[in-house]
Amino acid sequence: MRATFLSTMDEALAADPRLVLVLADIPAESVAHARRRYPGRVLDVGNREQALIGVAGGLALAGLRPVAHALAPFLVERPYEQIKLDLTHQGVGAVLVSSGASYDLPGRTHQSPADVALLDTVPGWTVHVPGHPGEARRLLLESLPGDSAVYVRLSDQTNARPHLGAGFQLLREGRRGVVLAVGPVLDRVLAATGDLDVTLLYANTIRPFDAKGLRAAIGDVADVVLVEPYLAGTSAHQVAQALADVPHRLRSLGVRRDAEVRVYGNPADHDAVHGLDLPSLQAAISDFCGN
Amino acid sequence: MTTVTKDLAAWGSTVDVLWVLFDRVLNVSPETVRDPKRDRFLLSDGHESMPYYAVLAAKGFLDPDELGDRTSVRSRLGPHPDRTRVPGAEISTGSPGHGLALALGTVFGLRAQRITRPKVMVLIGDAELDEGSNAEAIALAGRLAMDQLTAVVIDSASATHGWPGGIERRFAVECWATRVVDGHDHEALYDAFTAPHPAQPLCVVAVVEPARR
Repeated sequence: MRATFLSTMDEALAADPRLVLVLADIPAESVAHARRRYPGRVLDVGNREQALIGVAGGLALAGLRPVAHALAPFLVERPYEQIKLDLTHQGVGAVLVSSGASYDLPGRTHQSPADVALLDTVPGWTVHVPGHPGEARRLLLESLPGDSAVYVRLSDQTNARPHLGAGFQLLREGRRGVVLAVGPVLDRVLAATGDLDVTLLYANTIRPFDAKGLRAAIGDVADVVLVEPYLAGTSAHQVAQALADVPHRLRSLGVRRDAEVRVYGNPADHDAVHGLDLPSLQAAISDFCGN
Repeated sequence: MTTVTKDLAAWGSTVDVLWVLFDRVLNVSPETVRDPKRDRFLLSDGHESMPYYAVLAAKGFLDPDELGDRTSVRSRLGPHPDRTRVPGAEISTGSPGHGLALALGTVFGLRAQRITRPKVMVLIGDAELDEGSNAEAIALAGRLAMDQLTAVVIDSASATHGWPGGIERRFAVECWATRVVDGHDHEALYDAFTAPHPAQPLCVVAVVEPARR
């Protein structure tokens, strides 16, 4: 997905003179061509993440369209106050594109399961969680025009094929509850629910939250399972608001909040730790939906 | 010292700097406040809002009658300026350590549009300089030879652990041109702000009376 992002930026920089790509010491060989052609519009601030977001804010104030890119913990968690003040409070937007997601890399320091929850505390951010490079390209190209605040959360984890619809996409209909899968967890959720009589929704845009789409999918049984690849329950308040006048039950699956996880290993190992592997998802969803 | 008394103690110390900037140095007025080629003044030290509002009023950006009602629920003038509400305010500040990186981004943005003449001037307090975000921005601006950029540091000896050897040294080591002047001497301030500093950002340390701490 990161390679797709950078090659898409390489094209976009040529087409739109307002675009400025700001990097913080993250390898970006594939924009070397654009960097040579537009040296003033491909910037690297070094390991300075507060400056990364501050510079993005200043670029937006000067009328340009900044796209800032770093690993998720260094793009969102470390300069959280700069996102709050140098972008949102200034009344300007930017496109923030992270890589690494919750645990593409081993080691707690380089993992960022809290990014979407943090952005949820600042108003007005659109949050895209693509599950396929094709979705990443499409969502990025939609985000570049204009001045809005957009977060694009890239991951090495991908689904087998892209789903390019808008809003919550209806992939399967059933009678015993609704499962909402976000981004790269989709293929596992598809497999986990193959034998279950449940409705399956897919989202690669989780903010704004498609409350209308969720309500439309609710049948006689208002049981909802959220499967998010970041902190469990990040969208629980959105579900509660969408179904405020409907008696409902909610099960939130995602990255656990109750433990400081210190194991290394690969993303599949972390899926197992957090109950996002196929057997855990199967058990949790079938248990909740009473199949 | 509470925030409010700290504000009060600081009000008198920066008004000369602000006046010289708006009266003689900055090419900006209420008529050109949206001109892409205007000079920009960024008040990073948002605690200096009162003399800032007073100077903006004197220069026609604000109605002087507004000043007395500052921070009331009806007023658009807060304890720290909000750019979306205050005409002429380039940035919203209050939390220390945000203005310099915003100024760098503004210079990058002007450069990308080949607008190379306007000055971008940012006012920072010596205690605000404690914030590590400034260290990031000072190094970056120096290495990238941002000659459109001027940082004005008000030195009222208010930083808890001080800046032994002088504030200007922190900038000079990162390849900034530096000048240290009396923060109340209008001619010295004007000369410091306007003497050329080719291929280097400029740091002007304006020394004022020590803040009561």
